[in-house]
Amino acid sequence: MQTHKYSSAMLSAFEYLLEEYPEVFIIGQGLWSPWYVGDTMTDLDKKFGKERVIDTPVSESACTGAAVGASLAGMKPIVVHPRMDFMIYAMDPIVNQAAKWSHMFGGQAHPGVTIRSIINRGGEQGAQHSQALHAWFAHVPGLRVVMPSTVQDARDLLISSVLCKDPVIYIDDRWLYDLEDEIDDITELDLCDQKPNISVEGIDITIVGSSYASLIARQGAKKLLKDNISAEVIDVRVLNPLDIGPIINSVSKTGHLLVVDSGWKSCGFSSEIVSQVSENLPIGSLKKPPLRLALPDAPAPSSRMLEKDYYPDTDNVIMAVKQILG
Amino acid sequence: MKSQLQGLADPSKFQGPISIDGISPEILKSMLNSMSIIRKTEQQLAKGRQEGLIGGPVHLGVGQEAIAVGISQLLQKTDRVFGAHRSHSHLLALNPDFYRLFAEVLGKASGFSKGMGGSMHLFDQANGFFGSTPIVAGTASLAVGAAMAANLQNLNNVGVAYIGDGAVEEGVVHESFNLAKIQNAPVLFAIENNLFSSHMHISLRQPNDKISRFAEANEIPYELVDGNDVVAVFSAAKKQISDMREGKGPRLLELITYRWYGHVDWREDVDVGVNRSTEDLENWKLRDPLKRLCDSMIKKGIWSKEEHDKLDKEIDDKIFKAWNKAIKDDYPHRSSTLKYVYSEQNQEDI
Repeated sequence: MQTHKYSSAMLSAFEYLLEEYPEVFIIGQGLWSPWYVGDTMTDLDKKFGKERVIDTPVSESACTGAAVGASLAGMKPIVVHPRMDFMIYAMDPIVNQAAKWSHMFGGQAHPGVTIRSIINRGGEQGAQHSQALHAWFAHVPGLRVVMPSTVQDARDLLISSVLCKDPVIYIDDRWLYDLEDEIDDITELDLCDQKPNISVEGIDITIVGSSYASLIARQGAKKLLKDNISAEVIDVRVLNPLDIGPIINSVSKTGHLLVVDSGWKSCGFSSEIVSQVSENLPIGSLKKPPLRLALPDAPAPSSRMLEKDYYPDTDNVIMAVKQILG
Repeated sequence: MKSQLQGLADPSKFQGPISIDGISPEILKSMLNSMSIIRKTEQQLAKGRQEGLIGGPVHLGVGQEAIAVGISQLLQKTDRVFGAHRSHSHLLALNPDFYRLFAEVLGKASGFSKGMGGSMHLFDQANGFFGSTPIVAGTASLAVGAAMAANLQNLNNVGVAYIGDGAVEEGVVHESFNLAKIQNAPVLFAIENNLFSSHMHISLRQPNDKISRFAEANEIPYELVDGNDVVAVFSAAKKQISDMREGKGPRLLELITYRWYGHVDWREDVDVGVNRSTEDLENWKLRDPLKRLCDSMIKKGIWSKEEHDKLDKEIDDKIFKAWNKAIKDDYPHRSSTLKYVYSEQNQEDI
């Protein structure tokens, strides 16, 4: 067992990968000045060399494409996009090339690239430094989308992502970096086997979340116990391909569903969960209409007063649960 | 627009034989054979498309064969070649297996991409062809990365990015030039400047028709070459690829050429091409890279008309058989659509 913060757990994953796998290299902006990425990559360039930890020109598209190309040549590259908003410049290599490569060529080659992207909300950074676009990527067949919400997953799913043969979008949220926990020693896990799991057991309502939304769901569940409400929290972990099974099982048991998400509501990831649950359960399984707690359909405001309303927190989770159970 | 291409954009010039001095007859015959195969394969594809036997678009490069053939003579199976929408020649110059190309274009499981790609998505990594995809400029950065990987792997392999004059109008190509240079990546940007992007002449799209001006901007050594002179292509590529294998970083080769067919399919598209006239097309056909090589070899006494007729007939016969075989091949199994999305599902089936 070792005590880690979410951020230092990620750092230990990077160190493990660079140590154990000579074919791993990291490419992205700010890697030689790691304030860009919190303390998740401190001194990697000094320890492993600037040839393997590559700080780059301001060229998101070419750098991501280069990583895709390097993966096809036998490397295990990790691309870092310190702000997900800038990653939009790299949509072609991600969506047109990496996601479709295996399929277009009959499964004869796989771009085993990991694209790490950071959700960087709050701090009055406004509309273009804050977006959580996981639903876009989860929409695309061929991409695996991973959003760890725990310290252990931050490290272990990063390692799994990099060792996976398929292209993986690994998304971490800076609001999780200070989370602290005791975690097991490193075991390599096959990403294909990773599914949503029950992070809090309960019987009255199912709350589904991923990444930071999963954290506030857990915190909400803890507080709800004081009101004699037993909420079960499912942490999605891997958004695409999605295994809806554990969520269906939980909702069958509780009969109530709240989905919390850090993206927008319309056509968002929360919509997918509600749709799949509705399609897979018999009529009457849900005792009350399900509810989605997500971002309002507006860009992120800059002013801190508006930000406070914009982002859901633990109290919003509690209120939503009470509204459903009413 | 005043052309900056040293007269190469004027199709009434450079129609005569080429200089083949200093090149071995074996290499010349190999290049003649390869160009003939590519020409005839694409003519068969044009016919198949016109007859409705090919369901999807084919972007034909007839008239441009010398480029891929000249470059591929210098490549190894472990090099990393990436193409685009018009890449039949790029693949066939590395592996002349036209049967598998026919099968792929016909959507058959025996094709290069197991029938999942068609003409625009070709794959033969065992022979160095990492893949071609039709998003213009989409693979340029991939070639840079594959070349960067060669550096990290301490291999002297090179990457090749075939891109056209239209592709340099995409921003990512400029990112790729810059990244390749700053990373000292051994990648060859092979610019097939055929003066047209789809229907639009370069004078309507750029202020200058010399694409290698962008090499100057990125301090990448370059050469501007007659792309319809296979020996000139070969000689320029030889020097550049040798430099790249020695760790000297990226190179750019601008090759001036012209396609005989329109942007897509079998028509000549003179009517829809802005600035594409019948007169120009007829003149460009006189700057035929295949005929120029053949005539030069005959003139020098290392090839004869009889030998050439024999070669033509042999290839025609093989193409006829390969096409008819491919036509009868099976389509991919219906399960293929879901099977190849992720590596895991693919593995299960093996």
